[in-house]
Amino acid sequence: MALLEKFQQLAQAREALAQISADPFRVTIEQILSPTEAMINGRHTILVGTNNYLGLTFDPACIEAAVAAVKEQGTGTTGSRMANGSFGGHVALEHELARFYGRRQGVVFSTGYLANLGIISALTAAGDVILIDGDCHASIYDGCRMSSAEVIRFRHNDVGDLHKRLRRLGSRQTNTLIIVEGIYSMLGDRAPLAEIAAVKQEYGAYLLLDEAHSLGVLGEHGRGLSEEAGVDAHIDFIVGTFSKSLGATGGFCVSDHDELELTRYASRPYIFTASPCPSVIASTRAALEILQSRPELRARLWTNAHRLYDELKKLGFALGPEPSPVVAVLFDQREEAIGFWNGLQDLGIYVNMILPPAAPEGRSLLRCSISAAHTPEHIDRICQSFAAVRQSLPSMRSR
Amino acid sequence: MPHYQEALPELFEVLKSYAKEGQVLTEDTHLISDLGLDSMKVMQLLLETEERFDISIPLNVVTDVRTVKDFARQIEHLTEQQ
Repeated sequence: MALLEKFQQLAQAREALAQISADPFRVTIEQILSPTEAMINGRHTILVGTNNYLGLTFDPACIEAAVAAVKEQGTGTTGSRMANGSFGGHVALEHELARFYGRRQGVVFSTGYLANLGIISALTAAGDVILIDGDCHASIYDGCRMSSAEVIRFRHNDVGDLHKRLRRLGSRQTNTLIIVEGIYSMLGDRAPLAEIAAVKQEYGAYLLLDEAHSLGVLGEHGRGLSEEAGVDAHIDFIVGTFSKSLGATGGFCVSDHDELELTRYASRPYIFTASPCPSVIASTRAALEILQSRPELRARLWTNAHRLYDELKKLGFALGPEPSPVVAVLFDQREEAIGFWNGLQDLGIYVNMILPPAAPEGRSLLRCSISAAHTPEHIDRICQSFAAVRQSLPSMRSR
Repeated sequence: MPHYQEALPELFEVLKSYAKEGQVLTEDTHLISDLGLDSMKVMQLLLETEERFDISIPLNVVTDVRTVKDFARQIEHLTEQQ
């Protein structure tokens, strides 16, 4: 096969999609108006697919901090921390994250994706085992691919299956890193973390928790599922991102294991990439402050999430298993999801479309991510639009 | 702890439901091109095989498995190891 022939299959799939739909994976936002509104295709649109959980992307304090950092420190760091050195902001943010989680160590990465790649590939090696929940994010799978460890999936949120697979490992149990997520990005469900932590303790394994979608969302102080489930002490490594509730770009890991500090010398995704820009670090630090000082944002986020989940449920849509700021609307047929996505787009509602094999169990889904910045009127309009599109699609009318 | 020859008939049992109508399964049957398994079906097959043999199949070995013979060899190896 010639080098580029492999793209033919993708080209055909794209062409087939183009026959029935605008390309849902190449949407251009012509003008961003607020955390929840934008102009798309010349149309005023409510954004319901941004992961902007606390709505902080336009927060005046975050913007002011970013602008001041650009003026004082320039636009970029132009290299890696190992070669070019760390800026004061990098180190300060690491201390602030460690303090927020009550941990001894913190490391910042340039993106959340790189945080998973960097930590998983540095912590594990040949002879080790990584046990991951089947619904884990692609960054976790890719981190596993960078490692020489054996990678085993367990059934999504199935503690019995995890238990069984740990038992099979015998003496390798203590060389095992279990990886789960706080809130899963596809269906918006939580991991049964207390039970998973208990199993991990029983077998002497290690546990890494990705709080990408749960930081700022769960727990009294917004620390995530580890706080909500009351098992902070049993989580060995917490990974998270700045690109959701903190409204910027970047990632981190915190831990009480002193070895986390040593991963800086072993983690290729930490070493061989440019460090985060000063403006990004500055706005993230401001957002982390706000996350702690304004719990009302979290309360409003949950009010909005319940309002959307309950109303869509009442309308008879098949949804993810529990209310959360990630509300997944499930479709058995790919074409239905595509038709629905286009219908919503025409009504000025932007959601994320996920098609197989990216969605669990071969289904298709439209993912709504709710923000504290959505108004009750936004939520009502989203629900009305879902109802209206269903009426307009012949295959859905009878449901 | 099944050896190759013991694992093979059990594996054929599992694979029966993935075969096309009238398709004869042999050791040389190719799992992807002959059975036409997509990624979802491969995952389902792995889970069923794991249950049947009480083993965990690492994702790392999946790319090396092309035929029924490769699969049975891996099962033999994993049952010895686990």
